[in-house]
Amino acid sequence: MEMTSPLKDDLEMNFQEAERGLSHREALEEANRCLYCYDAPCIQACPTGIDIPSFIKKIASGNYKGSAKTIMTANPVGASCARVCPTEELCEGACVLNHSTKPILIGNLQRYSTDWAIRNKQALFKAGKKNGKKVAIVGSGPAGLSAARELALLGYSVTIFEAEKNPGGLNTYGIVSFRLPQSISYWEVEQVKSLDVEIKTNTRVGLDVSADQLIADFDAVILAVGMSSVPKLGIEGEDLAEVYDAIDFVKATKTGVISDTFIGKKMAVIGAGNTAIDAATCSVRLGAEQVAIIYRRTEKEMTAYDFEFEFAKQEGVGFHWLTTPSRILSDESGHVTGIECVKMVLSEAGEDGRSRPVPVSGSEFVIPVDGVIRAIGQSRYIGLIEQFGIQHDDGVVIMEADSYKTSNEKVFACGDVIFGKGQGEAMVVSAAQQGKDTAYEIARILMGGAEDIA
Amino acid sequence: MADLSINLAGIKSPNPFWLASAPPTNSGYQVQRAFEAGWGGAVWKTLGDPILNVSSRFAAVSFNGQRVAGFNNIELITDRPLEVNLKEIYETKKRFPDHAIIASVMVEPQQEKWHEIIKRIEDVGVDGYELNFGCPHGMAERGMGAASGQVPELVEKQTYWAKEAASKPVIVKLTPNITDITVTAEAAVRGGADAISMINTINSLAGVDIHSWNTIPHVGGKGAHGGYCGPAVKPIALNMVAECARNPRIDLPISGIGGISNWQDAVEFLLMGSTGVQICTAAMHHGFRIVEDMIEGLSNYLDEKGIVSVMDIVGKSVARYSDWGNLDLNYKVVARINNDVCINCNKCHIACEDTSHQCIDMLKDTSGISFLRVREEDCVGCNLCSIVCPADGAIDMIELTNELPPMTWNERQEFLGNIGNERVDFVK
Repeated sequence: MEMTSPLKDDLEMNFQEAERGLSHREALEEANRCLYCYDAPCIQACPTGIDIPSFIKKIASGNYKGSAKTIMTANPVGASCARVCPTEELCEGACVLNHSTKPILIGNLQRYSTDWAIRNKQALFKAGKKNGKKVAIVGSGPAGLSAARELALLGYSVTIFEAEKNPGGLNTYGIVSFRLPQSISYWEVEQVKSLDVEIKTNTRVGLDVSADQLIADFDAVILAVGMSSVPKLGIEGEDLAEVYDAIDFVKATKTGVISDTFIGKKMAVIGAGNTAIDAATCSVRLGAEQVAIIYRRTEKEMTAYDFEFEFAKQEGVGFHWLTTPSRILSDESGHVTGIECVKMVLSEAGEDGRSRPVPVSGSEFVIPVDGVIRAIGQSRYIGLIEQFGIQHDDGVVIMEADSYKTSNEKVFACGDVIFGKGQGEAMVVSAAQQGKDTAYEIARILMGGAEDIA
Repeated sequence: MADLSINLAGIKSPNPFWLASAPPTNSGYQVQRAFEAGWGGAVWKTLGDPILNVSSRFAAVSFNGQRVAGFNNIELITDRPLEVNLKEIYETKKRFPDHAIIASVMVEPQQEKWHEIIKRIEDVGVDGYELNFGCPHGMAERGMGAASGQVPELVEKQTYWAKEAASKPVIVKLTPNITDITVTAEAAVRGGADAISMINTINSLAGVDIHSWNTIPHVGGKGAHGGYCGPAVKPIALNMVAECARNPRIDLPISGIGGISNWQDAVEFLLMGSTGVQICTAAMHHGFRIVEDMIEGLSNYLDEKGIVSVMDIVGKSVARYSDWGNLDLNYKVVARINNDVCINCNKCHIACEDTSHQCIDMLKDTSGISFLRVREEDCVGCNLCSIVCPADGAIDMIELTNELPPMTWNERQEFLGNIGNERVDFVK
């Protein structure tokens, strides 16, 4: 179909950041509303421990650079987190004003300060004096970037190996642009690069450079590769061209021109995590006429954050609860025409504590769709992990208790690569803190002497 | 509905809310708009020899993002010819015969000057005069306003001269730019004033622009001190009103001025001895329409208290204001935290710990829930915790019963003095 350019422009507009930042006056009023609590619960609720009352006070006083520095000191990806953190479950949820009036808009104020720093091209940090030690980091996502920043401040020579064309990982490729524009992620990358951190992009460890090489050439290696593609559903028809991986689907909207092929289409998204929401809202903004999320459990069990769920509903995404796909249907030319589903009921809770969905026999029905997006979780970089020769459990790197040490004393790991099997957290903000902690642990070991690994 | 009308030294107005002599009362157009909005009276912008003004003139102080916590001006008295003002006063009084119009007046401290201007104003039907002995800037440099208001003899003499010519009540408006305002208030009494009003504005520099390094406001890169008013000056004004009200040698009605922004502020001034109030900054901030709430709020307050006339509350708190030496040393209050209301911001703890008497503990109960508790035996009852507490009702200051009888510092000194005189030897 030949598209007229105005409509294409509309699609581009759909991927501009959806939420407007606070105006100066809004920020000032909100900042002045903050009580400046002592031993504030918001700080305790922030995985990176940002001194929130201080950065807010600094907005009120007009010390914007100081405010941005307070944020970015504690959280090297603080500008992204201002946009993607589930604040109502973290800082804003802990705000004492929940008990009297309404909580402070901490996320928006954090965005106000970091936006100021971005707009005013502020360099907030200086690299530490070189200490002669070298650390390699595999992956430039939130965890890798945070580890690099802390190590660079401490004087380490850091080299990041990034398989993609651009650094930033999840923040660059994995979060929809209308929530997190790439420019924000790139600014955070630049902040780290300005500390003399080298980022080798288009460099896939295991292919372009071997794991052994890194272990040999560096004093320590941090594995922060995150997670891989979405696994297959294991149903008929999923190899059709119009069945997409949600990660790739979102990534496509962040790497090239916005596609117009979804205008007027009906899309089904399988799964109900945050990535599923992203894929669904992306579909809406790509012009899809109807978007349905298909989930085998109920609203109560879905793993997407409440605000993500709310956002999806506002965007007009429909939900089929207690439904699981059994087959993807297509016509003779291989175009997807529908998805056959089965209704489910929840049985007793299984081993993981979540009630197990069981199919209702004879309940099959077909939802007519033009495309299907898989968003049922992510697989692991097992091959790479095994190249490093470190222990893992189904691709989840196994850590020494209370540490970021793997089974190889020179290899450390943080971020999504250690998330799962009851270990770690999946949030960007927790990946950032893990990156910081990993850096401190390496510093303790390389410089402390007590646990000399050389 | 309570009677809101007042009689201040014979000047009657339908309610106690007057506009103070200032930019809002510059012209007949403005004063008539004000009366239409409900203001009970207006003190016309000071009449005198027309002056020249500068631009810019005003500046304000913001506090934590709130505008106009304090207000500063370097505008002078009226810049319009006397005959124009008099014509408009005449017309306004004719249209609003029941509203009070007071002519503010300022001339050089010479008898004939006072006689001359008062005589010219007499004919247009004003209800009274207010002698401007307070304007702190510009006019003061020419020996008028605050310059004469700071010299008790000049206050007395000029009041006397004005009274010689005036057939209507004369109010003397006092400057706060003086160590003890009761001294000039007493001078006004000696000069035969019918009432006093206070305060005029306080010498001030609103600010310095930290980027251009100019003063705020500035006139082409140069500044001069102005007069400060608005909410920030209210406590200063209230004290000065109270000091005059409780002084037996100043037995005159008081027109209260200084940072009054709403009916509650007005009630405070009335309780502290003002027969009426004058308002300017609040009107400059929001327009004349604010008087509607002032009238209604005051009326509802009086009705709820079962008070028939606003005049009945005038001065009701004066007797409760005294010297420190008359305060009971044995009176004791302590802070008590209501943990069910407390939101755990810990502001009381850090305020007490760092800057007061270290008696609020941050504790955890058996289930790990944080809570705050006052060690009452160490609490001095300073109020700081309840002042900084942002949750209404989370901290109460509790009055403790004391077995000791009341004892003031003065009584204690007197007692000790008597012992000394009687040469009582405790060692025996």
